[in-house]
Amino acid sequence: MRTSRLAILAFLSPWLLGTGLFFLYPLADTVYLSFTHYNGFGSPSWDGLGNWTYVLRDYDFFWPALRNTLWLVVVMVTLRVVFGLAVAQLVISVKRGSNVFRTLFYAPYLAPPVASTLAFVFLLNPGTGPVNTVLEKLGIPAPSWFNDPHWAKPALTLLALWGVGDLMVIFMAALLDVPRELYEAAELDGAGALRRYRYVTLPHLRPIIGFAVVTGVIATMQYYTEPLVAGQVASGQIGGSGQQVEPGYPAGSTLTLPQLVYNLGFQRFDIGAACVVAVVLFALSMLFAAVLMRRGGGFIEADR
Amino acid sequence: MKRIHRVLALAAVSSVALATAACGSSGSADDNPDAKVTITFWHGWSAPNEVKAIKDNIAAFEKKYPNITVKSVGNITDDKINQALRAGGDKAPDVVSSFTTDNVGEFCTSKALVDLTPFMKKSGVDAATVFPKAQREYTQYQGDQCTLPLLSDAYGLYYNKTMFAAAGITSPPKTLSEFDADAVKLTKTSGDTYSQLGFMPDYHGYESTITHFGAQWNPTYFTSSGKSNVGKDTGLTSAYEWQKALVDKLGGYSRLEKYRTTFGDEFGSKNPFMTGQVAMSIDGEWRAGMIKDSKSTVDFGVAPFPVPDDQADQYGKGYVTGTIVGIASTSKKQNAAWRFVKFLTTDTGAVVSFANAIHNVPSTNAALASSEVSQDPAFQTFIKIAQNPNSSTTPSSPNGGAYQLTLQNLGYAYESGKTTDLQGGLDQAAKAIDQAVEQAQ
Repeated sequence: MRTSRLAILAFLSPWLLGTGLFFLYPLADTVYLSFTHYNGFGSPSWDGLGNWTYVLRDYDFFWPALRNTLWLVVVMVTLRVVFGLAVAQLVISVKRGSNVFRTLFYAPYLAPPVASTLAFVFLLNPGTGPVNTVLEKLGIPAPSWFNDPHWAKPALTLLALWGVGDLMVIFMAALLDVPRELYEAAELDGAGALRRYRYVTLPHLRPIIGFAVVTGVIATMQYYTEPLVAGQVASGQIGGSGQQVEPGYPAGSTLTLPQLVYNLGFQRFDIGAACVVAVVLFALSMLFAAVLMRRGGGFIEADR
Repeated sequence: MKRIHRVLALAAVSSVALATAACGSSGSADDNPDAKVTITFWHGWSAPNEVKAIKDNIAAFEKKYPNITVKSVGNITDDKINQALRAGGDKAPDVVSSFTTDNVGEFCTSKALVDLTPFMKKSGVDAATVFPKAQREYTQYQGDQCTLPLLSDAYGLYYNKTMFAAAGITSPPKTLSEFDADAVKLTKTSGDTYSQLGFMPDYHGYESTITHFGAQWNPTYFTSSGKSNVGKDTGLTSAYEWQKALVDKLGGYSRLEKYRTTFGDEFGSKNPFMTGQVAMSIDGEWRAGMIKDSKSTVDFGVAPFPVPDDQADQYGKGYVTGTIVGIASTSKKQNAAWRFVKFLTTDTGAVVSFANAIHNVPSTNAALASSEVSQDPAFQTFIKIAQNPNSSTTPSSPNGGAYQLTLQNLGYAYESGKTTDLQGGLDQAAKAIDQAVEQAQ
């Protein structure tokens, strides 16, 4: 009995070691450090709830960053799923050249995030960008995009929609996977296009939509590169050698929680406070995932 | 069975090894600097001319002290420095230099870099006579001189001579009211934008930051007890008010911001001063070198940045900052490392040749006064700013440049009109700075 248990442990050990070293230990340490005063040098000293009250009550950037992150989770993830599904539907409906469209819509997803963000900031530059030049020629009032606190997040959303290729491919596969005969049967029963979509297509897509939403929420919780690059490039301050830059330009509108983790931990040397934000992020991600998985009923059809 | 135990034991040993590898070794200053030794020097310079200048400096040092070999590692960023200072070990640097002057407070309070005062005493280096006041200030934190200045940057006014002549302005402005008048005179609007702007005052306008402007009022950022003084410093209030008034005189925030989005990269060839989009700018001594190295045809002059009208007698001062260098407390060769730091920071020949090679302002009184230092008139203007006893800097704080970012954020809110109650904003900033500093300690 003992031997077999040990054998099981031994066989499990690669996984145990991996999970322990790279997941459980860092997680436990993050939670522990959030209750300590730790500047990265020396050793951490117990600080009770000090970091928590500082971040949640005194630190001016936490709540705006949380609001921004939630805004992006709600708006960006929803739009990406809807848009990805719509594009997938369109591409498979195209009679000729479906391959060309598939490639065209997928390609942007492969662009490195820094490069694509830079390109968007230049395209949407209110002073010199081609988009606003065209809008102004047409007499349409052009927003200042990445330079306007009200438009910065929508501009980031546009960037995310442009790179919707990953979702499109998954949705295409799922759409093509719906058995033809179900449509035929529904049609014989007199269901119109809308009803066929509602009662045949959507139920089949549910697990895929669930997957897209949950992974989208988690990715958006970790949204860092695009807002940081967009904010710095649009603000004109790249943070060269010796320069420190508070992220979130304009007016804190692109500040997200992961940026706070970096800013607190590595610019202000306040690892404890950075860990508080990290723990909040982790808890929120878990909460979202749990609620969505429960309501969505899992990713696999048979799970429900 | 045995095998399984061995596997488990191996796993246990390796995790213990990982855990202990993170603990650094503590350094000491009882090494013999005359013994044959190799020290490691980390710095941030990466451009070919900069790296060559460093190498030349090291060669001169090794010639003077043949027993010490310096291994230099360039292009080092601050996070790498922090990591190395934390970990220590044989490969960790003995001497580090950083461009992020703001981090001095952190380096000192965390004891990551050693206090150099005992070393200076032993070698008879009197910081007060060797280094100018501002340079001494930004290299220490509350008396702990854990770094020394290794070249400086001074800020002044760049002006476009062609545009000055066209506007009938014969000499650079000396007071801020003259400056405002000139800025308006040099501004040409076109529709809802500009064909030429006198000066870009917006806080995102590259070097137009509140701390660079603020230096003209010599603000006291922290009281002697380390509390934020920004809510009480009238100079800082005047700096905010002056900037906001200039924003309004030049056409208002929105219009200026829109024009700002047409500017090219600050450190590229499309810098707005170099393209003629602005007639005047506040910038460091390096800009003159950049203009000469680029194809820009701008005919420019430099002068100290204007002073408040009631301080006209102090014309000539400006904002000063610079690169810092210190000795890692994990180093076991601190005496040898000190020889190198002393050479880099106090040897007049070394400071002058390094300054000339990379177009930075020297950081010792002797080097500033040296006839060997570049006599180019533009460069000499910045030398004089660095020498000026009224020039000031931003003091170090235990959480890096966080307080400066808080002040910048207030600036953004005030210039855009989002905040109209400046005093309230400053009081709130002072509170936030104190809370952040307290949190860091």
